[in-house]
Amino acid sequence: MEALAQRTFEDIKATLHKLGTDVVAPAAILVDQDARFPEEAFAAFREHQLLSTYIPQEFGGDGLSISQICELCRILGSYCGSTAMIFAMHQIQVACIVHHAGGSEYFRQFMARIHSEQLLLASATTEIGVGGDLRSSICHVDVADDGNFTLEKKAPVISYALNADAILVTCRTNAEAPASDQVQVVLNKGQYELEPISGWDTMGFRGTCSSGFVIKGTGHKDQIQPMPFSQILAHSMHPVSHLTWGSLWTGLAQGAVNKARQSVRDMMRRSNELPQITATRLAELDEVMFSMKGGLFSALEEYQDILDSGNLFRAEKYGFSIQVNNVKTRCSEMIVDIISRAMLIVGIGGYRNDGKYSLCRELRDAYGAALMVNNDRIRGHNATMQVAIRES
Amino acid sequence: MSMDRIRAIVAQTVKLSKDISDISDNDDLYSLGLTSLTTVNLMLSIEDEFDIEFDDNMLSRQTFESITSLAEAIDELQD
Ligand SMILES: Cc1cc2nc3c(=O)[nH]c(=O)nc-3n(C[C@H](O)[C@H](O)[C@H](O)COP(=O)(O)OP(=O)(O)OC[C@H]3O[C@@H](n4cnc5c(N)ncnc54)[C@H](O)[C@@H]3O)c2cc1C
Repeated sequence: MEALAQRTFEDIKATLHKLGTDVVAPAAILVDQDARFPEEAFAAFREHQLLSTYIPQEFGGDGLSISQICELCRILGSYCGSTAMIFAMHQIQVACIVHHAGGSEYFRQFMARIHSEQLLLASATTEIGVGGDLRSSICHVDVADDGNFTLEKKAPVISYALNADAILVTCRTNAEAPASDQVQVVLNKGQYELEPISGWDTMGFRGTCSSGFVIKGTGHKDQIQPMPFSQILAHSMHPVSHLTWGSLWTGLAQGAVNKARQSVRDMMRRSNELPQITATRLAELDEVMFSMKGGLFSALEEYQDILDSGNLFRAEKYGFSIQVNNVKTRCSEMIVDIISRAMLIVGIGGYRNDGKYSLCRELRDAYGAALMVNNDRIRGHNATMQVAIRES
Repeated sequence: MSMDRIRAIVAQTVKLSKDISDISDNDDLYSLGLTSLTTVNLMLSIEDEFDIEFDDNMLSRQTFESITSLAEAIDELQD
C-alpha cells in the first residue's frame, strides 16, 4: 500500500495500459453486446486505486493534474469507450468536489473516503421537464429544521446509477427558489432509492448503463456542496467534462486509426502492393486526428494554467467558455468523421461486427458524443457569447 | 445617479423573478432570472446607455452577476 502512494504518473499509465490490454479490451465486446456495466474493469481500477487519482495526496490520492487525468481518459478510450466514459464521468464529479468543497469538513472526509473505499461517483443533472439544460432544475432539496433533507428527482439518464457508490444530484436550493438557483447534493448509497423509469438499450456507449430513474434520497445538509452550482459548473464541471470527454473521444478515434493502419500493413504483407489511394487516405485520416488533438490540447493547456493560477474565475470568461465548447462540438463531430474514414480504409473488415478490424462499436459509440449535452444547445450558448465578444 | 440607471436597464432587459425594488445591489442576478441570452441584451443596453464598450476581458459571469459588479465595470470603463 505504501508503495502505491509514491507511484509516479508513468507507473499509473503503465498500470492502465496493462489493465487496458488484459481486462478492459477483452471485456469490451460483451459489455457492449449485453449493455452491461464493465464490472471487471472497475474491480481492477479499485484494486489499483485508480478511482482516487485526482484526489489530493493529503487525502490519500495521487493528486494528479487535470492534464494527467485527461491523458488517462485518452488511454482508456482506445480500449473501450464505455469504460472510458464511466471513468471520465467519475473524475468530473471528483473534480467538482476537489476544486470547491475543501472548506467543508464533510467533503474533506468524503475525499478521504473516495480514496480509502475507492468510491465510484455518478451524476444526475438531466431532469425530465428541462432536458439537458444543466442550469435549470425543477426538483428541490427540502431541508428541515433539524438539518436533515429530502430530495426527489425525475432523472431520465443516470449513467451506472446501479453500480455507483454515491450520486451527485443538482436541484434548486429550496421550494421557492427560481429554476437557476441550484446546489449539488451528494447522496450516498443507502441514502437513496432508485425507481426505474426507462432502460438503456441504445446505439452506443451501452456499457454506461445510463437508465432513467426517479431518485428519492435523504441526508444531512452537510452533504450539500457549499458553493452555488452555477459556480461549480462554470469553474469545473463545464471545462472538466468537455476536456475529459474530448480526451476519451480522441483515444477512441486513435484506436480506430491504429486499426486502419494495422489493416493497411497486413494488406501490404499479403500482396506486397498498396493502392495509392489507401496510403493517401491514411495520411488524410491522420490530419483530422491532428486537428482533433490540437484543439483539445490547446484548451487543456489553458485550463491547466487557470487551475495552476488558483483563479478559477478566469474559467468564466466568454473567450475561454467558447473555446471549451468548441472542444466539445468539434471533437464530438470529428470522432464520427475519423472512424468513418478509418472504416473506408479497412473496408468490409471494419464493417463486420466480428473480427479484429471491426469498427462497429467505435462508430456506434461515436454518434453519442454529439448528443450528451446536445451540440445544438452548446452552439446556442456559443452563438450568444459570439455576439458579445469582439475577438476570438 | 448611475445605480438607478443600471437598475432601470436590468428591470427592462431581464425577466426577473422579483420586483426590481426588492433586489439589493449585491443579489445574484443569475439566480433571479438572468440567463446567458439576456446577459447579451443587458450588455448591449448598458453599452448604449453609458456610451462604453465592454472589453473582452470583462466578459464573464462575474461582471454581470449583480448591480454592484455592473457599476464597478462601468466605473472602470469610464475612467
Ligand atoms: C452516453 C450518455 C451518458 C449520459 N450520462 C448522463 C448522466 O450520467 N447524468 C445525466 O444527468 N445525464 C446524462 N446524459 C444526458 C446528457 O448529458 C444530456 O443531458 C441529454 O442527453 C439531453 O437529452 P435530450 O437530448 O433529450 O434533451 P435536450 O438537450 O433538451 O435536446 C433535445 C432536442 O432539443 C434541442 N434543444 C433543446 N434545447 C435547446 C436549446 N436551448 N438550444 C438548442 N437546441 C435545443 C436539441 O437540439 C435536441 O434536438 C448522458 C447522455 C449520454 C448520451
